[in-house]
Amino acid sequence: MGISVDKNKCTGCGLCALTCPFYAISMVNGKAEIDLEKCTLCNACVEACRKFQAIQIIRETTKTPDIEKYKGVWVFGEQRNGNVQPVVYELLGKARELADKLQVDVSCVLLGSNVKDKAQEIIRRGADVVFVTDNPKLEHFLDESYARILTNLIRKHRPEILLVPATVTGRSVISRVAVQLRVGLTADCTELDIDLKERLFLQTRPAFGGNIMATILSKYHRPQLATVRHKVFPERAADPSRTGKIIEMDFDKSFFISRTRVLNVVEEMASTVNISEANVIVAGGRALGSAENFRILRELADVLGGTIGATRAVVDSGWVPYAHQVGQTGKTVCPNIYFACGISGQIQHLVGMQSSKIIVAVNKDPSAPIFQVANYGIVGDLFEVVPLLTKKFREVLKRA
Amino acid sequence: MNVVVCIKQVPDTAQVRIDPVTKNLVREGVQAVINPYDFYAIEEGLRLVEKHGGKVTVISMGPPQAEAALREAISLGCDEAVLLSDRAFAGSDTLATSYTLAAAIKKIKDFDVIICGKQAIDGDTAQVGPGIAAHLDIPQITYVRKIEGSEGNALVAQRTLEEGYEVVKAPLPCLITVVKEINKPRIPSLKGKMKAKKAEIIKWGAAHLDAESGRMGIAGSPTEVWKIYSPPPRAKGQIFEGNIEEAVDAVVEGLKDHLN
Amino acid sequence: MIDYLFTEEQQMIRDLCRQITDERIRPVAAELDRTGKFPRDVMKVMAQSDLFGIYIEEKYGGMGGGITEICIATEEFSRGCGGIAISYGASALGTYPIILFGNEEQKQKYLPLLARGEKLAAFGLTEPSAGSDASAMLTTAEKKGDKYILNGMKHFVTGGGEADLYIIIAMTDKSKGARGASLFIVEKGTPGFEFGKKEDKLGIRASSTTELIFNDCAIPQENLLAKEGMGFIAAMKTFDMSRPGIGAQAVGIAQGALDCAVKYARERKQFGKSISTFQGIQWMLADMATQIEAARALVYASAREIDAGKKDVGKDSAMAKLFASDVAMKVTTDAVQIFGGYGYMKEYPVEKFMRDAKITQIYEGTNQIQRNIIGLALIRETLK
Repeated sequence: MGISVDKNKCTGCGLCALTCPFYAISMVNGKAEIDLEKCTLCNACVEACRKFQAIQIIRETTKTPDIEKYKGVWVFGEQRNGNVQPVVYELLGKARELADKLQVDVSCVLLGSNVKDKAQEIIRRGADVVFVTDNPKLEHFLDESYARILTNLIRKHRPEILLVPATVTGRSVISRVAVQLRVGLTADCTELDIDLKERLFLQTRPAFGGNIMATILSKYHRPQLATVRHKVFPERAADPSRTGKIIEMDFDKSFFISRTRVLNVVEEMASTVNISEANVIVAGGRALGSAENFRILRELADVLGGTIGATRAVVDSGWVPYAHQVGQTGKTVCPNIYFACGISGQIQHLVGMQSSKIIVAVNKDPSAPIFQVANYGIVGDLFEVVPLLTKKFREVLKRA
Repeated sequence: MNVVVCIKQVPDTAQVRIDPVTKNLVREGVQAVINPYDFYAIEEGLRLVEKHGGKVTVISMGPPQAEAALREAISLGCDEAVLLSDRAFAGSDTLATSYTLAAAIKKIKDFDVIICGKQAIDGDTAQVGPGIAAHLDIPQITYVRKIEGSEGNALVAQRTLEEGYEVVKAPLPCLITVVKEINKPRIPSLKGKMKAKKAEIIKWGAAHLDAESGRMGIAGSPTEVWKIYSPPPRAKGQIFEGNIEEAVDAVVEGLKDHLN
Repeated sequence: MIDYLFTEEQQMIRDLCRQITDERIRPVAAELDRTGKFPRDVMKVMAQSDLFGIYIEEKYGGMGGGITEICIATEEFSRGCGGIAISYGASALGTYPIILFGNEEQKQKYLPLLARGEKLAAFGLTEPSAGSDASAMLTTAEKKGDKYILNGMKHFVTGGGEADLYIIIAMTDKSKGARGASLFIVEKGTPGFEFGKKEDKLGIRASSTTELIFNDCAIPQENLLAKEGMGFIAAMKTFDMSRPGIGAQAVGIAQGALDCAVKYARERKQFGKSISTFQGIQWMLADMATQIEAARALVYASAREIDAGKKDVGKDSAMAKLFASDVAMKVTTDAVQIFGGYGYMKEYPVEKFMRDAKITQIYEGTNQIQRNIIGLALIRETLK
């Protein structure tokens, strides 16, 4: 176990030493030498040495017993107040694609209270099987009971893949499930694929704030768990002709025990619009000058059916609630269209929005870094440009 | 009330990138900092202890250099610091990391609340906090934006949801992960910084923990990084200078088909 | 460049002040410049971080430093906002007469409160008709029983209205001219002591500058600092020591402007390339940086000299203040020039540095007065 350099294969090119984020590799007599005290087995050098394959990390890890018996792609059917979240339909679309490659079924787990009648819609959206547990005790999301039931279902039915929305709920529950099952979990995937030869799930996700993409594997453990961001995959359209099985699962009382209790749920005006679900975000920076001036962004957002976003500086000044903050320490979003108005484009902001499908930047300063990621950039005063955009979009949309 | 705060030393992700020519990670000048979310965790821990008495123990798993992060935590007012550093921990994914941290917290024994930042900015997984709770089999409240009550033997906290929040009650001991909204972290004092310089950092390796070696480090990590690469560069955009009216028309024309 | 001369503790102070500047000062600087609101919150953070104690002896609850520490803090804060920095510095200026001339009782009463930042201090000297000519002051303090009765007014008092303790110079014996002036500690809230108008300033707008009005204001005789008639000398001695602090403010403002200019020069593109590739810009930046470094060296040299206990520091500290403030004015003006049209706009931070810089050539003795001090000292030295 561990890392080793094959001195015969090492050409002394030094690429690994350059790459090592931990300064653990030095070139000694023209060969790479790894300081094991510093190495964290991060794999960066192995990747750098792909051409010569001189560096190897040997893993000795446990293996899920009967690994080949795990079949099928599952989706966690997250619901809120009995409504299946749109991101579930996005995941079902992807799950269908993966399942078709693997030639297996797509199943969806639907837990909640008064949710039974939603199962049919899930089938229309691509599932072959829906496991439903409908119980008043599941009215509120509770980590412990949800995790316990999910773990039990997985142990019983052995899916090879489980996709979970990368939401507050999804991320909380699945982390506990992964520990209980002792399997791997990849967070916030933005690309998913199958290596058919090895029958492996390729889970790709941004790391280091989106500056790097990493593809993660879990070779020896099943199921392979991944959470997936909103808006990454298109929602699968409903097909009324689809049929499938609805399996109601009941559990004994002990499954519903939870030490935590939800006392109250509060929907907030300020954050009623969930910016991670928004198709259009109109975001502003400090150049707006005041809280009142956000009105002009709100008008554009209203016309386009979107919501407003803000930089950290704006949120810290108290002009806009935190729920709207985009970027590092705020939210990561990928709407269809992102308007960056008076935002210079510091890296801390870019990491939160650079995977937006289309970016429109409005800034007075032509050298602002935001223009480097923009599909469309308008050099000008946002107080002139934004109202004009609002007016023109209003006209275009009226015509349509 | 005794609080354990878990922190992570991370590269300042704002500085990390892949060299466009060599396709390698550029590490030059990348500083190691305390994960920004962990400052909120430290602050909340300090506030709980200021209110109820007790102590804040801060713990971090990482290379020996992570000691600097722990010293910074002490400068802010944390009482004790534990560094988990060992070759045997190398290559840990979130499962192995949460297992190892949980084993160390078991050794600390005397804790009522464990606080973590909601996620670390290098990995952005948000898995380690709930993972620790699962390993210790204690309740969790994730994404906490406010502690409403900490009296008696329970914690009542507001948990951030996508469209609001819910108020959750958990008995002690429990684990919470916190979001930025929860507080404004303090700035260290000069006396704190001086104390931090001299403070003794407790150092534990795998041998100090009551843990299975097969569940730590690379052996205990089901996931592996298969490859890393630069995200595809964005297509070069159209930048309009000059006549604003024309620019707006062109943008509206270009976007028209993407609206719905 | 000067760093190598700092002790480990001084480096710690610098790092801490830099953090406060980055996290708490820069985000509010533009807003406070616009509104002219006093930075109460920032003062609180400085207090919690022990920074009001860095120039006060340990036995009074401080950290035991001196003028060098004040300069380090003031320079760092000034890189973010000259107005906030001087709100900090003004309290040091008001504290120093107590450090230098207070008796044991006065020190024990006031210094621990000041060290913890629970109370802020200020210095009131200037009067409408007594600016550079401090001896023309009209404010009087008349001894009546065990009290002094103050009448008159001070204006342009930095920290006015916000500070809790005011060091006031007043005439106890008009017939003696400058030798008839005395220093007093006046607490906010004393009957007969009120604040007049708050000035609307060109720069350092986050700092408060007000009039102080004394109307039969009775203060206990224990609040006399030093002896009667010592006031003018004590004030001049205080200024001899405080001038490096103004120099440090100037250096900080200049450095802040240079940092912005370098960053902008790298980002701004004209004729298809970054303007930082133009030699004309590079030379400007090079001169700015060199001047700042020279000013910094002079400021810290005079600060260290004071801390080392040298007697006649007036000339050297005047040089530090004079040179650093002239550099600040020049560098900030050049920084605006590098920004071009954007530099003139309030949307960009650089014009504020230029406005903030100007005062450093004026207060705590105009630069013309500084030249007088230096000139006189030179002549006196040759007479020895």
